[in-house]
Amino acid sequence: MARIVAGVATSHIPAVGAALDNGRTTESYWQPVFAGYEFSKKWIADLAPDVIIEVYNDHATAFSLDIIPTFAIGCAPEFPIADEGWGPRRVPPVVGHPELAWHIAQSTILDEFDMTIVNNMAVDHGLTVPLSLMYGQPKAWPAPVIPLAVNVVQYPPPTGNRCYNLGKAIRKAVESYPEDLRVVVFGTGGMSHQLQGPRAGLINAEFDNAFLDELIADPAHLAQRPHIEYVREAGSEAIELVMWLIMRGALDDRAKEVYRYYHVPASNTAVGHLILENPGLPQQRIAETRIEYGMPQLDEQPEDVADEVVV
Amino acid sequence: MMTQRENPFDDIPGTTLFDAEHSRKGYHLNMFCMSLMKPENRAAFKADEPTYLDRWPMTPQQRDAVLKRDWNRMLELGGNIYYTSKLGATDGLSFQALAAKMSGMTQEAYVEMMRSGGRGIEGNRSKSEWRDG
Repeated sequence: MARIVAGVATSHIPAVGAALDNGRTTESYWQPVFAGYEFSKKWIADLAPDVIIEVYNDHATAFSLDIIPTFAIGCAPEFPIADEGWGPRRVPPVVGHPELAWHIAQSTILDEFDMTIVNNMAVDHGLTVPLSLMYGQPKAWPAPVIPLAVNVVQYPPPTGNRCYNLGKAIRKAVESYPEDLRVVVFGTGGMSHQLQGPRAGLINAEFDNAFLDELIADPAHLAQRPHIEYVREAGSEAIELVMWLIMRGALDDRAKEVYRYYHVPASNTAVGHLILENPGLPQQRIAETRIEYGMPQLDEQPEDVADEVVV
Repeated sequence: MMTQRENPFDDIPGTTLFDAEHSRKGYHLNMFCMSLMKPENRAAFKADEPTYLDRWPMTPQQRDAVLKRDWNRMLELGGNIYYTSKLGATDGLSFQALAAKMSGMTQEAYVEMMRSGGRGIEGNRSKSEWRDG
């Protein structure tokens, strides 16, 4: 059967894509941002997932005010790169996984999540920038990608709780797919940022870091956070963070943090990035990467101790 | 008849929530901006802005805000930043340049603020904390 092995959360700032595409990654302004993903590139190369489910939002690119789906799943064999007004990013086209995508669509709909099925959709920076951050600049993306677009532009977006539960339904769908596939779920967008009006430029590092902590330790509680707290505390566009809860919902409750990065600023935005692994991943190669990057080793399965106490 | 309820989002300073009311009000303004995704439309708009705007049944106020590039006024009149930024891109303005304009700063001062950690949350949660509301 297919299973979800890990989750990745990352901002999807368009200026980051532009910096990469225009060869500006070593400039002092951008260098820290890209350095923050060096470990992640090695990690995902080691892991070599078979499929990525990428939760993102379309920024008035494929969708406009004509049609506003709350949740839309891309079931096409390929997704062209959108022209967002500056010409399409010079990155490979995104290859889909129609069989698994349709399976997830059917499973989640029968699980009472009314997904919109999309067979023709250009993808914008919301989807391509995280791929660039995780994979660099390959000739072709190393894994097929199932785009899962969430409306966070037109108020109201889905609640955090709805997103968290959709993640759980996605996990159920993946685990009922017969082929042995190792799947990684990306949750993208955020962190604190406001792009509009006189309060533009708002950043709240305290909010962001508390969000990261709670996303790992107590996502069910975090899922209860109302929209207004995101908007007031972390800026109107920080509402994108509800998408991270879809990724978290798709992972095991006991998923562990293996990497975290936080940096201000990239253009108007706080860069946040997290890698979580489900229990049962072959830890050996990951551990080697951690040693190479001088990172602390993971605890030896502390949840077993907790289990003994409970039982 | 619907009664007017107090909207807690209205208390957040310098922020327009793109809700149902704004979306209805701003439909044509935003769809005009959306049309600028196509190079031929950008060229037609640049060649003759008032004539191009005749294609969209906007209010005189929305039209005026577009022609004057009054970015905050566009938001008040139903514009959404992901749409109005397409007008910005047509003018060659980045998101950061627009953010500076909307917050009444020079781009240099705005960039410097972001480098220093961004606009802080203290004093920016409620309109009661802003002198002019």
